[in-house]
Amino acid sequence: MLGDFDFGVIVTALPYLWEGMQLSLLLTGLAAIGSIALGTILALMRLSSIRLFQWIGAVWVNFFRSLPLLLVIFWFYFLVPLIVQGQVDAFESALIGFVLFEAAYYCEIMRSGIQSISRGQAWSGYALGLNYPQTMRYVVLPQAFRNMLPILLTQTIILFQDTSLVFVVGLADFMTSAVTVAQRDSRLVELYVFAALVYFVMCYFASLYVKTLQKKMHR
Amino acid sequence: MNYNWNWGILFEEPYFDWLVSGVEWTLFVSAVAWIIAFSLGSVIGVARTVDSVPVRAVATAYVELFRNIPLIVQMFLWFYVVPEMVPDDLGRWMKRDMPFPEATSAIFCLGTYTASRVAEQVRAGIESIPVGQRAAGLAMGLTTIQVYRYLLVPVGYRIIVPPLTSEFLTIFKNSSLALTIGVAELLYQARQIENYTFQGFEAFTSVTLIYLVLTMIVVALMVRVEEKTKIPGYGIQKDK
Repeated sequence: MLGDFDFGVIVTALPYLWEGMQLSLLLTGLAAIGSIALGTILALMRLSSIRLFQWIGAVWVNFFRSLPLLLVIFWFYFLVPLIVQGQVDAFESALIGFVLFEAAYYCEIMRSGIQSISRGQAWSGYALGLNYPQTMRYVVLPQAFRNMLPILLTQTIILFQDTSLVFVVGLADFMTSAVTVAQRDSRLVELYVFAALVYFVMCYFASLYVKTLQKKMHR
Repeated sequence: MNYNWNWGILFEEPYFDWLVSGVEWTLFVSAVAWIIAFSLGSVIGVARTVDSVPVRAVATAYVELFRNIPLIVQMFLWFYVVPEMVPDDLGRWMKRDMPFPEATSAIFCLGTYTASRVAEQVRAGIESIPVGQRAAGLAMGLTTIQVYRYLLVPVGYRIIVPPLTSEFLTIFKNSSLALTIGVAELLYQARQIENYTFQGFEAFTSVTLIYLVLTMIVVALMVRVEEKTKIPGYGIQKDK
């Protein structure tokens, strides 16, 4: 029961856990940047008038959305070293997996973002003599990003939670560090409750921020 | 790439049996967890729409709690922490005598987690019904319970069939996380085959295909259900 809950274990382990958290945040940041960029390209492909591009975008999204993220992480953990013929850092292979997987989800967000911009915006861009990349770059995408910002951030909170799955390939993120300490000190209850608490506080306040942002935008 | 291909290994014993039993566990865990998720999620979703402030607060707290903790952490909490937190006798029983402790924990974990997501869909469905309908029901002399029973719940559920389909697919995909506490589901078996035979490529390809096919079957079935249940002219508005 909670009576013999040992806070000392957590305090001693804090520096180690903080290192894990830094890795979690780094992985989240890099994966978010990569997958938003790739997701935007996929969204533009899905909305383009070229059949082949539409097809590639649709297959990508439906393929990755049918698979568990865990499977994708295993795939790349196993596959990347095989392709490059050598030792690869687990961080890199996990990052590749996250970018390719999460891009499918960001793609759908960006797609509805781009569709929410009235076509007149793009037409006026063309009428001003901008070409397609310029119209997208200077007219459509900035507005789409702005409209979709809250949903993009919500997806990034989910991505942050998902990074805890790298535990299965032993990458020392926050979750893995908590498990390591828990097993080393035989203090499972303390460490797992603490890990849950930390994730909860971070994600909850981040989602509160998203909500206020949403309200501000709807004013 | 230096790799010794051997697709035949998948059909040799015991590896073929491992895959089959993996599929069975995945389907079993997802199905039972879905029953919990659907029933608990319905109660909480409805609770989020009632007038009573305390009831709404409890339901909201539930959703926020389960939504903001990563599923893998919840998996560990259910398996390692819950038996320590409950009264001693129950804890001892959970650790010693509970049948299939890993699978049972995984089912409760997936069920309660997905319940929070189902609850959000149920709430969205009920809230998408124009307020005038609820008012009309009350004006006709129905009690609040009758308004829910005959109006809001039947209409709301028909509206949210498509998002509930994707929630079911989510529970099915998330069931792979059960391997972290030792449930021998599909992905667990794929890793085991890789460890025993070093044929990781074949093992992972086969489970990828199995996941894709199962997803396609569910989607195909649910398209029929959606056709049957949809209400003309109704639909949840997209996020703005």
